[in-house]
Amino acid sequence: MHAFAGGDLYHVWVYLQSGPQLGLVATLLVWQGATSLDRRTGHAAWSNPIMVSIAVLAVLLLITGTSYRAYFRGGQYVQFLLGPATVALAVPMYANFVTMRRNLLPILVALIAGSVTASVSAMVITHWLGAPRAVVISMAPKSVTTPIAMGISQDLGGIPSLTAIFVLLTGVFGGLVCLPFFRLLRIGDRRAQGLAGGTGAHGLATARLLLESETAGAFGALAIGLNGLITAILAPLLVRFLGF
Amino acid sequence: MIGALSLLLVCQLIGTIVAHAAGWPIPGPVLGLVLLLGLLIRRGGPPPPVHDTAQGLLKQLGLLFVPAGVGIVNELHVLRTDALAIAVAIPVSTLLALGVTGTVMQLLARGDR
Repeated sequence: MHAFAGGDLYHVWVYLQSGPQLGLVATLLVWQGATSLDRRTGHAAWSNPIMVSIAVLAVLLLITGTSYRAYFRGGQYVQFLLGPATVALAVPMYANFVTMRRNLLPILVALIAGSVTASVSAMVITHWLGAPRAVVISMAPKSVTTPIAMGISQDLGGIPSLTAIFVLLTGVFGGLVCLPFFRLLRIGDRRAQGLAGGTGAHGLATARLLLESETAGAFGALAIGLNGLITAILAPLLVRFLGF
Repeated sequence: MIGALSLLLVCQLIGTIVAHAAGWPIPGPVLGLVLLLGLLIRRGGPPPPVHDTAQGLLKQLGLLFVPAGVGIVNELHVLRTDALAIAVAIPVSTLLALGVTGTVMQLLARGDR
């Protein structure tokens, strides 16, 4: 009797693995749990819901012996929305764009300097330390917001999943160090702080700066979008120039 | 909301078509972003449904990264083999980018802080 019920459940499990429901529902439920944990810890650095969700789902896949391909049958429906979400970045960019026309040239110069610094230093360091080409390329857009970074990585022949992890690590690190680091370098201008945070460590640093200053948050949001654009244009040229 | 979502998807579609047809190495959605930004500047701002749909999507942006991130299960060997390169490159490169962007902007920015 027990063996029969077990066999039945096994077939249900096999059936569910061949469809999208399991991966989709698991992603949504784990995300719900992770965001509520994040609220309860008062948004502590270690409870970043993206990081927690990825870790929990990865462990679930490993212990149930589920392949990433089977999981992604459901996960792809969530990931698909990254495209329209990238386009949607135009809305907060517009809101900040109008108020920032005055400083358009300084913003562009600072952004280009930051974008090139981020890509070149990340690629050169990983190359020096002996990582293979795919890892070096996946590093190039690590300071860019995830949806754009993954697109850049894909187009350059990197590994988009790896880029997603690099972007996340960059954001968590940048969010932790940005304020003390600005103090150390005597960067007190809120506009410069926001622009640097958005360029160097995208949304996670911007979210941290927004807690200190609205101006910094607005410049951060502008920098996220513009840096994504600039890096999308420059990264392929830099990769070719550096010979990777 | 469906209208606004369609607008976002149409911008993405046009962006993808243009990027592929022109052979530009820029992701289609990024060109879609430029297209929508151009439309917003021309129109003088987003209509309320577009604003709300965009904000709604962006508020859940974190969730959208999760499936790609889970792909780490296929890359664990990379993280293990190249752990040193990754552990050095990310913090050093991030500090450099923060410092360079902030310093240049502070030197060049005009007007009130």
